[in-house]
Amino acid sequence: MQGFLYLVPAIVVFVAFVFYPLANSIKLSLYQTDLFGKGQVFVGVQQYKDIFASGDFGRSLKITFLYALYTVIPGIVISLLLALMANWRLAGIRVYRMIFSSPIVVAVASASIIWAMIFSPAQGMLRYILSLFGRPPVNWLADPKWALLSVSMVAVWRGLGFNTILLLSGIQSVSEELYESAKLDGAGPWTMFWKMTLPMISPVLMFLLVVSTINALQSFGEINILTQGGPAGSTKVVVYSIYREAFFNYNFGFAAAEAMVLFLIVLILTIIQFGLMERQVFYQ
Amino acid sequence: MWQKAICYVFLTLAGVVVFFPIYYAIATSFFTPAESLSYPPTLFPSKITLVSYEEALRRAPVFRFILNSFIVSASVMFGQLITASLAAYSFSFLEYKGRQVLFYIVLSTMMVPWEVTIISNYLTIKALNWTDTYLGLSVPFMASAFGIFLLRQGFMTIPRELKDAAEIDGCSDLRFFTTIVLPLSRPMMATLAVYTFLNTYNQYLWPLLVTNVDRMRTVQIGLAMLQWDESVAWNSTMAGVVMVLVPTAILMLFGHKQLVSGLTSGALKG
Repeated sequence: MQGFLYLVPAIVVFVAFVFYPLANSIKLSLYQTDLFGKGQVFVGVQQYKDIFASGDFGRSLKITFLYALYTVIPGIVISLLLALMANWRLAGIRVYRMIFSSPIVVAVASASIIWAMIFSPAQGMLRYILSLFGRPPVNWLADPKWALLSVSMVAVWRGLGFNTILLLSGIQSVSEELYESAKLDGAGPWTMFWKMTLPMISPVLMFLLVVSTINALQSFGEINILTQGGPAGSTKVVVYSIYREAFFNYNFGFAAAEAMVLFLIVLILTIIQFGLMERQVFYQ
Repeated sequence: MWQKAICYVFLTLAGVVVFFPIYYAIATSFFTPAESLSYPPTLFPSKITLVSYEEALRRAPVFRFILNSFIVSASVMFGQLITASLAAYSFSFLEYKGRQVLFYIVLSTMMVPWEVTIISNYLTIKALNWTDTYLGLSVPFMASAFGIFLLRQGFMTIPRELKDAAEIDGCSDLRFFTTIVLPLSRPMMATLAVYTFLNTYNQYLWPLLVTNVDRMRTVQIGLAMLQWDESVAWNSTMAGVVMVLVPTAILMLFGHKQLVSGLTSGALKG
């Protein structure tokens, strides 16, 4: 009994703001709602059929996956390089570690506004850098060809801090003796990286892969601030579409159905992640 | 010798690229309007002036935004410390039927992504009349499975014998919790505190939904009021960005260790 009492504060919050809304979202997705989000008419899976029939949702899903592709792999590869460099044994390396993890302090709105300035087609830094190489200016955020890539760039940069911190601590947890004995056996740095470091940090890499993918699928801030889903819908990811449907069109039921589909995708990824962690526990 | 020099060259190049956006924001905040609109772009301010900061403060109540964010972040931080430490105590020191099941139920909340709950939570906050209040901004985040999990890991390292000895001495659970467990777990609590504070300070979508009036806006939403448009020079917008950045940068400098251990505990300890 006492054990349960200690849980009450946390459970109250979870029930009110996680379990109830989860149940309510399922309900909303099955009802046609009015402007106040009250379920009115039971329509069953009709709204699920509608979102897939409209074609817009399919397009949003495609853009979302593309966005994940543009952000996750480049983000992890760049961070891995940074983390490997940050592991070099040199005087003052702490300063570099701080610098490499610095993007973590920049929140989504600040990062987006800073990059909007760098992207600025009239006098932005990127335009200037391109011009140094004799390239014509690019309308980063207003050109449907470039908008999604540009927003991805911001997301990759913003994720560098978190990824680098994680990867660095993964690399540091590989024991020093292992490297020493490999060196004695005549292993070069290249071999040591592929045969030792990479396998040893594979659990961290896996974790990052799944977490970054989940985050990318739920991305919202950069898009709302930089492109508002445009130009020509080229950056309208699923969460942005949910946001528009719910809070501009007051189509709560439709939005809830979209959210449930995304939830299922995220859930599958989460289960995969737990499965991988289980495996990780096994061989440790 | 040469090898070392090359290493530093690479490190510095990478550092310049990674840090550039932050540097450029700071530099721009000291530009004159003309400098911030010049092309080719300027890299260094000709002199340090606070004109852009005055301009930013005229255009938006930045300090009010920072104050709001501090109030909300601190509330969420203390809220989570309380709910998580109590729950973690229950999961690590108390024995009762259904403990394991309850623990899994708590962990399962991690799997529910925010986009599923946000519509409903928005309707709840509206029904409670909590829009434009600190309650609406903070209460939904006052408990997290991550926090409970993190503190439970910490509490489990406290030897059971301490608890047994306390019981023999007739020490109540509440006293044992407040006088032994909490003081011993200070590093873990600090980790959770820094992590939660930073996350809440940087929130974007939720405050966007539940605040409508300027005086209740938090920093990330308030920045949008300094919104760039082609007619407005970047310098005052960046002054706003820098002012909002300072608290998190300070937190990062002093809480770097806690933050890192918070971030890595999810990945490394599983």
